[in-house]
Amino acid sequence: MSSAWLIRRLLVVLFLAWVVATVVFLALHVVPGDPAELLLSSGGATPDPALVEELRSRLGLDQPLLVQYGAFLVSLFHGDLGTSLIDDYPVVQEIALRLPRTLELVAAGAFLAVMAGVPAGVYAALHRGGRFDRAAASITALLLAVPVFVVGTLLVLLLAQVLRLMPAGGYVPFSQDPLRHLMLLALPAIAIAKGLAAMLFRSTRAAMLDALANDYVRTALAKGLSPLRVIVVHVLRNALNPVITVLGLQMGTLLGGTVLVEYVFNWPGLSTPLLRAVEGRDYPTVVGIVLTISVLFLLINLAVDLLQAALDPRIRA
Amino acid sequence: MRAASLRPLLRPALPVAIILLVALAAPLLPLADPVKQDVARRLAEPMAGAWLGRDEFGRDVLSRLVWGARTSLTVAFAASLAAGLIGVALGLLGGWTRHLGAALSVRCVEIIMCFPPVLLALLVVTLLGPGAATLILVLAVLYVPGFARITQAEVRSVRERDFVEAARAMGCTTARILLRTVLPNIAGPILVQFSLAVAAAVVLESGLSFLGLGVVPPAPSWGLMIRGARATMEQAPLLLVWPCLVLTFTILAMNRLCDRLRDAVDPRTASR
Repeated sequence: MSSAWLIRRLLVVLFLAWVVATVVFLALHVVPGDPAELLLSSGGATPDPALVEELRSRLGLDQPLLVQYGAFLVSLFHGDLGTSLIDDYPVVQEIALRLPRTLELVAAGAFLAVMAGVPAGVYAALHRGGRFDRAAASITALLLAVPVFVVGTLLVLLLAQVLRLMPAGGYVPFSQDPLRHLMLLALPAIAIAKGLAAMLFRSTRAAMLDALANDYVRTALAKGLSPLRVIVVHVLRNALNPVITVLGLQMGTLLGGTVLVEYVFNWPGLSTPLLRAVEGRDYPTVVGIVLTISVLFLLINLAVDLLQAALDPRIRA
Repeated sequence: MRAASLRPLLRPALPVAIILLVALAAPLLPLADPVKQDVARRLAEPMAGAWLGRDEFGRDVLSRLVWGARTSLTVAFAASLAAGLIGVALGLLGGWTRHLGAALSVRCVEIIMCFPPVLLALLVVTLLGPGAATLILVLAVLYVPGFARITQAEVRSVRERDFVEAARAMGCTTARILLRTVLPNIAGPILVQFSLAVAAAVVLESGLSFLGLGVVPPAPSWGLMIRGARATMEQAPLLLVWPCLVLTFTILAMNRLCDRLRDAVDPRTASR
C-alpha cells in the first residue's frame, strides 16, 4: 500500500472530523433566538433571566463567536469536552466509561451480520431461483422493513416474557460472569445485526452473480480447478469489494441503531447518558457524544477503505 | 416512463394507497377520540366499540392506530416535500451551471451525510425541544443531500443532450429549460428518491417517538404507542403487537413500492 495514498486518506478523515466539529459548534448558533434561553426554556415558559445569564457565561456564550470557536477547538484538541450541565461530571469521563460497551455491541452486531449475511448471499447466488433463494428474498424484505426498536421490543416480549428463556436486558461485566455477559449481549446484538445482515445478503448475492458471469470463471473451471476453489479464490474475492462498500455505507445506520437498541435492552452504553442529556437539554454532553460517534463513523469508513485497498490493488493507485 | 411501464406498479401501490386513504379519512371514520382517556377501563379487552381494546390510559387502540398513521405520514410527507424542494433546487443549480459556488453548495449539504442520522436528529431535538415541527425540520435537513446529489448527477447527464440544446437554440430562458425541459426528463429518479425519503422518514419518526423525543404525548403515534405498551407488556402483550405490526406492514409496503418504482424508472436494475 503506497504511503502517499494512506496519508491522503488520513488527511481527508482529519478534515472531515474538523468539519463535523464545526457543524456541531455552529448548530447552537444558527438556531434563531438566544441559545442559553433556548436551552432553558420548556413548554413556552420564559426562563429565569438570572439562570440564563449564568448558563450564558458558563458556556462562554457572552464572548465573540470567533473566540468561542477558538476555545472550542483548543479544548477539543486537549480532549476536553466540558462538563455536564446536569451533574457537572466531565463529559469525557462519561464517554470513556461507556464507549467500550457501545463498541462491543456494534462489533458484535457487525460480526453477526457478516457471518449470517455473506454466506447466505453466496449460497443464494449459487442456487439462484432455488427454494432458499426465494425464501431469503422474502425474509430480507421483512428484515429491512422491521424497525430496529420493534425487533428489540418483540424479542424481549417473546424470549423474556412469553418463553422466559432469556433475561429482558441488563449488563454484567465480562470479568464478573463471562457467560452471563455474552447471554445479555446476544439479544441486542441480534437486533442490531438484522438490517445489516439483510443488506449484506442482498449485496453479496448481486456481486456474486456479477462475478460468476465473468469469462475467467469459465476459464478457471475449464482448466480443471475444483468448483470450490473457483468460488472461493476467483469469484468471492472479486465479489467482496462491493459487499465491503455496503458494509461501510450501512455503519451510520448501525451506529444510530445502537442508541435505540441500548435503550430497549438497558445496555449501559453511550445511549443512556445521551438520551438523558437530550431530555434535560444538557448541550455539552449531547455534543460530546454526537461528536464521538460521528468521528467513530469516519474512522470505521477509513478502516473500510483500508480493507478494500488491501483486497484490491486497483484502488491504491 | 411510459404507461406500459406503470402497470407493474399497480399491485405494490395498492397497500400504500389503502394506508394513505385510511390516514386521510381518519376524521370521517366512526372512531373514538384517540386522546380521550377512560382510566376506569384501562387495558380493557377488545369489545364492541373498542375493537382492539384500550391502552394504559383507557384510550381506544384502533383509533390511535389510525390517527397514528396520520401523524406519521404527515410528518414524513411534509419533511420529504421540503427536502425535495430544497434538494432539487440545489441540484438543478449545481448540475447546470459551471459556477463553482453552486457545485460547492451541493458539497456543503453533503456534510450532513457525515453524521449518523439518529444522532444528528437528537442534536437538533436538544436545541429545539421535541415535537412534530422539530421532526419535520430534522427529517427535511437529513434528506436534502440525497435529493441534491441525485438531481445534480441527473442534470449533468442530460445537460449536453440534443433536446436541451434544441431548447437553448430556440431561445428559451435558463429557468424555462430547467423547469420545462430538464426537470421532466429527470423526474423518475427524483420520484424514486422521494419514495425512499418518505419510507425512511416513517422509520426515523417512529424511532424518535419511541425514545420519547419525537411526537409529544398525548398525540397518537405508533412509536409512542410501542413506548407506552412496553410498560404493560406483561398484562397486555397485544397492545405491543398491534402498533409493531402496523408499523412494519406500512414500511414493508412502502419499501416494495420503492423497489418497483426504481425498477420502472431504471430497467437495468429490474433483471434481478
